[in-house]
Amino acid sequence: MSATVTFLLDGKAIPFQDGDTVMDAALRAGEYIPHLCHNPEFTPHGSCRVCIVEVNGRHYSACTLPAAENMNVDNSSEAIMAKRRSLLQMLFVEGNHICPACEKSGACQLQAVAYYTRMLSPHFPHFFPRRSIDATHPDIIFYHNRCILCGLCERASRDVDGKNVFTISGRGMNSRVIFNSDSGKLGDSELSISDRAASICPVGAILPKSKGYQVPIGQRLYDTRPISLVGDSNIRRNDKT
Amino acid sequence: MQEPPDSIQQISLTAPPWTDDNESIATQETHPGYALQMHQAESFINELLARADARPASGSLLQYLCLIQRQYSCIPETTVHVLAERLSIPASQVFSVIDFYTFLHRTPRGDFDILFSNNITDRMLGSQALFGRLCQILHVEPGVPRADGRVTVDWTSCTGLCDQGPGMLVNGIAVSSLDEKRINEIAEQVENKTPLKQWPADWFEIKDNIQRRDILLSDQIVNGSAIEALINKGAENLLQAIEQSGLRGRGGAGFPTAKKWRFCRDTKADDYYVVCNADEGEPGTFKDRVLLNSYADNLFEGMTVCAGIIGAKKGYLYLRGEYLYLREALEETLQQRRQSGLLGNNILGQEGFDFDIDIHLGAGAYICGEESALLESLEGKRGIPRKRPPYPVNQGLFGKPTVINNVETFINAAKIAVFGADWLRAAGTEQSAGTKLLSISGDCERPGIYEYPFGTSVSQILADCGAADTQAVQVAGAAGTTLTADAFERSICFEDLATGGSFMVFNQQRELLAMVKNFSDFFRHESCGFCTPCRVGGALINDLVNKVMVGHATQLDLEEMKNIGSLMQQASHCGLGATAPNAVLQTLEKFPDIYTARLANRSFEPAFDIDAALAPSRKITRRDDPGAHIAYEPEQSSKP
Repeated sequence: MSATVTFLLDGKAIPFQDGDTVMDAALRAGEYIPHLCHNPEFTPHGSCRVCIVEVNGRHYSACTLPAAENMNVDNSSEAIMAKRRSLLQMLFVEGNHICPACEKSGACQLQAVAYYTRMLSPHFPHFFPRRSIDATHPDIIFYHNRCILCGLCERASRDVDGKNVFTISGRGMNSRVIFNSDSGKLGDSELSISDRAASICPVGAILPKSKGYQVPIGQRLYDTRPISLVGDSNIRRNDKT
Repeated sequence: MQEPPDSIQQISLTAPPWTDDNESIATQETHPGYALQMHQAESFINELLARADARPASGSLLQYLCLIQRQYSCIPETTVHVLAERLSIPASQVFSVIDFYTFLHRTPRGDFDILFSNNITDRMLGSQALFGRLCQILHVEPGVPRADGRVTVDWTSCTGLCDQGPGMLVNGIAVSSLDEKRINEIAEQVENKTPLKQWPADWFEIKDNIQRRDILLSDQIVNGSAIEALINKGAENLLQAIEQSGLRGRGGAGFPTAKKWRFCRDTKADDYYVVCNADEGEPGTFKDRVLLNSYADNLFEGMTVCAGIIGAKKGYLYLRGEYLYLREALEETLQQRRQSGLLGNNILGQEGFDFDIDIHLGAGAYICGEESALLESLEGKRGIPRKRPPYPVNQGLFGKPTVINNVETFINAAKIAVFGADWLRAAGTEQSAGTKLLSISGDCERPGIYEYPFGTSVSQILADCGAADTQAVQVAGAAGTTLTADAFERSICFEDLATGGSFMVFNQQRELLAMVKNFSDFFRHESCGFCTPCRVGGALINDLVNKVMVGHATQLDLEEMKNIGSLMQQASHCGLGATAPNAVLQTLEKFPDIYTARLANRSFEPAFDIDAALAPSRKITRRDDPGAHIAYEPEQSSKP
């Protein structure tokens, strides 16, 4: 009889393999841990901290925490959810996230995770940063206002597309995504609409042009079921429209 | 294409880079950075690459950028594209590094780039007034190059001259003991375009200022004797001696040194690295400055012993950019050691004992003092702390097992190799063997370096340095512990007050909120921006501290600061974010009055500050008269 090693996620035994993170094992077992910068396709980043969990009184990001036997992981207490709400609120006030005016609304992970954690308002004062929009690419538009610095476009372009189109630059609150081209414009980069990086953005920062409102409001990914059941908008899926 | 002009910038390949710049300052009428021709960029980068071939350490992207910045007072876009092509990396990666480090700029700084140290101790010595005065007499706006490109005056994080401040950096070189007279004279030199090396030498004199010596600073070893001890006793025996001595890391975390070295040694790999963390960025710390100035041989000896034990062929000294002025002497010491057979191939005649050390300069980023961010920086990247595991002892520099230790730790190790484990054990406490160097500054008669056995009480230290009427002591820097008078019997050691050595004294006359604001500004500026709680939380908490300062905060804001601070402590990716709110949280608890005294005594305080929002309009219209402000009407409180 082969012994299955497990850890506890909210009291439920989750089997895991050597090298798994808590996030890997939980997702495989069909358990949802809220996350934004994580995508199973890519090396974990651990930057958004929304997947924060508590183990023995200490806090970790589940996407970077190696699973260990008999670990007791708190993923859904009110205390943990409150921390996630605060982190999401920080992301909302840092950028300019105007959901009613955003094409991604209804299929946006930031919005969906905020609903899931029952975030009711941005709470903190808005920074209202002045950020630009890069519309120079024929097929793709980049809204810096909505970027949450998850680094997924950087990883996708580098690791899957082999292009290094996106790089996170700067420091602190001045961090921003820049594009690799002679002019610094997205239109002069090697980005193609079929690139993995073009469809990886969990929010409305990278959007295809000429596709606005093809899926009506009310029929979008998270319009009827929560992200905990639907999963990420940016994973490779067969039924993706 | 335009014909290339003949006046290609000359650089010397032997002298330290800043001396070359200073030559060019006097003749540089315009910024070459504005319109640098491609061939000039190419030829400059070719020379840099040639230099890198001679000394591979300088091959890191960050080192190239430091040299380009020094040459052109910015990183001209042309050089970015040439460099990216030569190094086969995306140009965006080069830009991302430039935008990360505060000493690198895309647009030109003044020919004289003057940066005042912004630590609270410099401010307590009057730096703000001196800053204002220099801006005024040079007719320059803070942070903006003067129209003729002559000068920039700006702030920078603590430059490590707290015991002889206020301090500044001029084109990267430290100037100490500023006062009004010196500021006037500096302005004169700038107006006269006097090259930096013709400025009076005593301005650049940085004193060691050692006030108290114990075993580490007193007991001298002969150069090479620690390496001989390694050869005679063998690596395993020496590792055991270090283990028995109880030596723990002196950067503040206190990890057992022998354990770290053994983990690294036991990791199977084809290459190993020794890295010395001399990125002494914690505000109020300057003991490494002194050790690098007067004990460099001991440091390199300690690194060589470590290399012998773990099997490293290559070592790096990560020197903070603020200590550029120490570089030349450090290079000379390395060269002497090579000539004496203490570095290089077959050290002290031992076949196969090959080890050499290169110096790598930082460029103004506190986060690079975090060991994994330091490794990223050494690899030429932005200083973003890595995930753990893996730990540097298993996968460090370039993915190879790496020992990273503080300057003081390596020097202790070298002396243990010669004097034995009992030498260290004789001083300190059970869990904290040996001594600790403290950098003492602030309100005391005798600031400077004090070496104490671990276990020494704060009150003893205060008495020795001539501090009277002390309100608070900040131990371990901006990220450390704020002590009130009732805690002065606590002692410096890993089991009580662990510290990298910063010790800042505040007397009863000081307004502690100024300290809190200074530290909060610092952390907002120094957050790497990788994780949400530190990047955004640090900015939110900083805005709230400022709100308290201007008298607009309410009790609710204080609760908010506690909540944000607590989240930063729990959720941050690295130690910077986790410790950034310490000063706010501790003063809220221990000195609540400094906050409550400034609270707005009103039932409602709008979150939107209309007067602050008008600031950009005032700037555009160049108005600051009362009519350009919308003042708050103080509400009469119904409460007594």
